[in-house]
Amino acid sequence: MDSLTLPRTHYANAEYGLRSWLLTTDHKRIALLFLGSISAFFLIGGLFAMLIRLELLTPPGDMVGADTYNKLFTMHGIVMIFMFLIPSIPAVFGNFFVPIMVGAKDLAFPRLNLLSWYIFMIGGLFTLAAIALGGVDTGWTFYTPFSTHASQSNVMVAAVGVFIMGFSSILTGLNFIVTIHTMRAPGLTWFRLPLFIWAMYATSLINVLGTPVLAISLVAVALERALHIGIFDPAYGGDPVLFQHLFWFYSHPAVYIMVLPSMGVVSELVATFSRKNIFGYTFVAFSSLAIAVFGFLVWGHHMFVAGMSVYGAMIFSILSFMVAVPSAVKVFNWTATLYKGSISYETPMLYALGFIGLFAVGGLTGLFLATLAVDVHVHDTYFVVAHFHYIMVGGALMGYLGALHYWWPKMTGRMYPDLIGRIAAVTVFIGFNLTFFPQFVLGYLGMPRRYHAYAEEFQALNVLSTAGASILAVGFLIPAFYLLWSLKYGKVAGANPWGSVSLEWTTPSPPPTFNFDETPVIAGPAYDYREPEAKRA
Amino acid sequence: MPDAAFDPRAVPGADAHAAALHSPALKHHFDDLGQQKEAATLGMWLFLATEVLFFGGLFAAYLLYRVWYPDVFGEASRSLDITLGSVNTLVLIGSSLTMALAVHAAATGQRRTLMIFIALTMLLGAVFLGIKGVEYYDKIVHHHVPGPSFHFEGPTPERAQLFFSLYFAMTGLHAFHMVIGLGLMTVILLMAWRGRFSATWYTPVEMSGLYWHFVDIIWIFLFPLLYLVDRHS
Repeated sequence: MDSLTLPRTHYANAEYGLRSWLLTTDHKRIALLFLGSISAFFLIGGLFAMLIRLELLTPPGDMVGADTYNKLFTMHGIVMIFMFLIPSIPAVFGNFFVPIMVGAKDLAFPRLNLLSWYIFMIGGLFTLAAIALGGVDTGWTFYTPFSTHASQSNVMVAAVGVFIMGFSSILTGLNFIVTIHTMRAPGLTWFRLPLFIWAMYATSLINVLGTPVLAISLVAVALERALHIGIFDPAYGGDPVLFQHLFWFYSHPAVYIMVLPSMGVVSELVATFSRKNIFGYTFVAFSSLAIAVFGFLVWGHHMFVAGMSVYGAMIFSILSFMVAVPSAVKVFNWTATLYKGSISYETPMLYALGFIGLFAVGGLTGLFLATLAVDVHVHDTYFVVAHFHYIMVGGALMGYLGALHYWWPKMTGRMYPDLIGRIAAVTVFIGFNLTFFPQFVLGYLGMPRRYHAYAEEFQALNVLSTAGASILAVGFLIPAFYLLWSLKYGKVAGANPWGSVSLEWTTPSPPPTFNFDETPVIAGPAYDYREPEAKRA
Repeated sequence: MPDAAFDPRAVPGADAHAAALHSPALKHHFDDLGQQKEAATLGMWLFLATEVLFFGGLFAAYLLYRVWYPDVFGEASRSLDITLGSVNTLVLIGSSLTMALAVHAAATGQRRTLMIFIALTMLLGAVFLGIKGVEYYDKIVHHHVPGPSFHFEGPTPERAQLFFSLYFAMTGLHAFHMVIGLGLMTVILLMAWRGRFSATWYTPVEMSGLYWHFVDIIWIFLFPLLYLVDRHS
């Protein structure tokens, strides 16, 4: 390993100075801009989470008042969803690796890509301003009529922020779709694409088709709040439930915006660290598209108790069950890939395995919630909170951390200490389960979500949950230290530290500005580990 | 070689291809102009898809309330000026025709014709906005603008207000897109004036054309929903 050296010039040192970063059109530099921004936002969202957990340590609402608590969970939701999870993998790793993995020099619209970061930051600053001005208390869902008539908090500022940030994800998604369609290297046919690209493609479809609906619903909320025009106002014959329909038409698919990229990452990790071709490549590829399509047809399951007709609810219930099929296709195919693989447990792989387990729990509890009778019982309880944290933290965030540890050596050229990485990964896994598993039980026992006080008998499980959150926080902080440390002191990684056969590992680490010294020509499938399956063929 | 001087008809075939490969319009990260144009076209269509969904939220709201309150929606709809609305529809379709002719002029490298048709398109767009302004003024005079001073004869004036809320939201959003379109056309006109387009590279004209036609098509849906929905009786 000592003989490895960093390339003399690469994307990060080709130019110097603040200008060269703030005005860059290099997708790799823009990815790093996003990485910095969303890491800061993650910290803010995490602080809100810790305050929530601290308040819930004891049954009475003693640390913060009810109003403050409402603002805490609202800001936690808005920051984590719109400012961290939605952009996370696409804006950072998608930006960095979509062009490299399709063998292109850049995304199709580099200036639009930079614009996307600026839009994101402007929207983010609006939302931060809403926090600084005293916060928002509507919940991240902005439900009417509370958001349009009753709330005295900074709903407008926050809604404008979320509206603006939406355009960032639209532009990023649009850029990815066009790049994947038009800029693939010679020989890189659709079914030779890495599964991460398929996942990014499916995610981008949702971004492009879903986000505008959220945008227009927020415009309607803003108009109604400012001008009282009454589209959702029952006083004029309007229907608040219409807002819920429009909101969830985006916000349910948004769950797949968060988790599909992680699924793509896990496909890469499982192949690399078990040295095997992905089992059932075509099925895994199409399951991403299937999830994107089904994802648009299930929004009603958020509204089973909002006055929906029984027949409507039944249809949404059945459709929700159907999402489990492509999700299960992925989990089974990853498991089949692991079978008889030559598995090694480096840090990224621990996150991938963590993802598979936690996503399975999150997905299966989703089936409980899709079941009408059970949903009536556990609706708006901690069961729901636990369920979606298993998907968003156990799934999406695990995938994000896996991606970060997998591609870090490619992005920076240096390796982090793998042992500490593994310790952190295990800490995250333990902390996560300790935080959120008790919440399934709490919810099933009837503890409602979004209250700052609760009945005495729930305390033991809440203490467990808060303790878990502390462990989880430590698990998140450790990587921050060793990754920053590795920038200067880490071992030089070399082009391909994991021994992967994927395209991004054939170029130097860090890659040159135009990604490849000469345009690669692709002659085989994405995962070509010459395993028994390949030999049989 | 400046863009303006490049005319493929003046160069034999093979040279034209080589010249197109090294056109100054070619961005560094594309292999050739063909790929670049393909990317721009797909990007524009995707953008238009997002626009369809953006308007889609309002269309969904309109359809819901129209089904719930057909009578008052019909009454409110009849208070709109169908003559102005029809004239505006013709104006807008006319502007789409001039836009299509502008794209054709660009594709055949006729700079002067291109500029004339872009200017005509802008003129028709401005006429549309002018007429729309007259209609809005009329609504203000008749207190049909949602708000404290809203007034509408009939048993359920508040539901008529719902109609006018949607009317202003939808036509307002459409007019906003027209204004953006006029901005785009100004840029295209300037670029054409400076001779930036050629028969090999006129992608911005074509993309702006797609946008313009899209805005037109939105109106083609708005017009019957808002103006014609209850005219049969």
